[in-house]
Amino acid sequence: MVTGLIGRKVGMTQLFAADGTVSPATVLKAGPCVVAQVKTVDRDGYEAVQLGLVEAKPTKENKPAQGHFKKAGVPPTRVRREVTLKAGGDPPKAGDQVNVTIFADGERVDVIGTSRGKGFQGVVKRHHFRGGRATHGSMFHRAPGSIGASSYPSRVVRGMRMAGHMGNAQVTTRNVKVLRVDADNNLLLVEGSVPGGPNSVVVIRKAVAAKPIKVAQVEPVKKKGKK
Amino acid sequence: MSAIDLVEKSQLTTRPDMKSGDTVRVHVKVREGDKERIQIFEGIVIGLHRGGARASFTVRKVSFGQGVERIFPLHSPTIAKVDVVRSARVRRAKLYYLRGLRGKAARMKETKRTQ
Repeated sequence: MVTGLIGRKVGMTQLFAADGTVSPATVLKAGPCVVAQVKTVDRDGYEAVQLGLVEAKPTKENKPAQGHFKKAGVPPTRVRREVTLKAGGDPPKAGDQVNVTIFADGERVDVIGTSRGKGFQGVVKRHHFRGGRATHGSMFHRAPGSIGASSYPSRVVRGMRMAGHMGNAQVTTRNVKVLRVDADNNLLLVEGSVPGGPNSVVVIRKAVAAKPIKVAQVEPVKKKGKK
Repeated sequence: MSAIDLVEKSQLTTRPDMKSGDTVRVHVKVREGDKERIQIFEGIVIGLHRGGARASFTVRKVSFGQGVERIFPLHSPTIAKVDVVRSARVRRAKLYYLRGLRGKAARMKETKRTQ
């Protein structure tokens, strides 16, 4: 069984529950995907499938990529990602269709995407350093401060948090709740935010370490009358 | 139609055409234990925040000399209905200046609603 799907982030909105509570929701246009290649233990050393995201606009691919898709018997797709397999269901074949119906309402998923690029950022924004006092002549505002001792160790320890490039990196949001599955429009609504900006590519997979779903605590009914 | 509109469409409710300066009666559903009743919040709309299903409006009233403001999600299922009682001529979209005024100074000139 295929455990994931490729999608694009559409944007955010909110959903009302019947009692008026609002939950923030991210709309993902997920799939439909085609299996472009099946990876097996015998040949590749691990089990996975390569999915291709089918989009409205056909893509032009170079000759090697065209051959790759010809083998699977599917039209070429630009966005391709690998997802792992889980036991159960039919073993996937090249050319199979995968869509949002692999997910169900209330299920937990992981959403993997590329975060928004922030450019070169200082330590306050990048590592949440506190910075110094703005006024009263502090002369220490947003600088990193000391980065180590002197003659011993005479070097900066590895992994010291400093200013540098921030964002535009792969980020996984884990255990996101699926609020709604819309198979007709290939839409998936998940609770809260996911990495990346609108139209960015995300991979949605079944949560690898799913937390148990919390059931709302029902207040015990108070007994009326004598004790 | 964009995917966001598609998702929001089912949540949109029909609300009267409100604008800043209108006096409205908001019928709010209140749950008490397992009983539900309607509570009315009457005041002046001092701002509308548009945006599909995320739209909201702010209602201000003065209760026992104390200003009270409540922000309602426009399409919230807890709002049974909204009545527009009267409208006033205002020259701003957001009437936050009313917060600094009280009594006679906070009066507004009524306009006939063109329906």
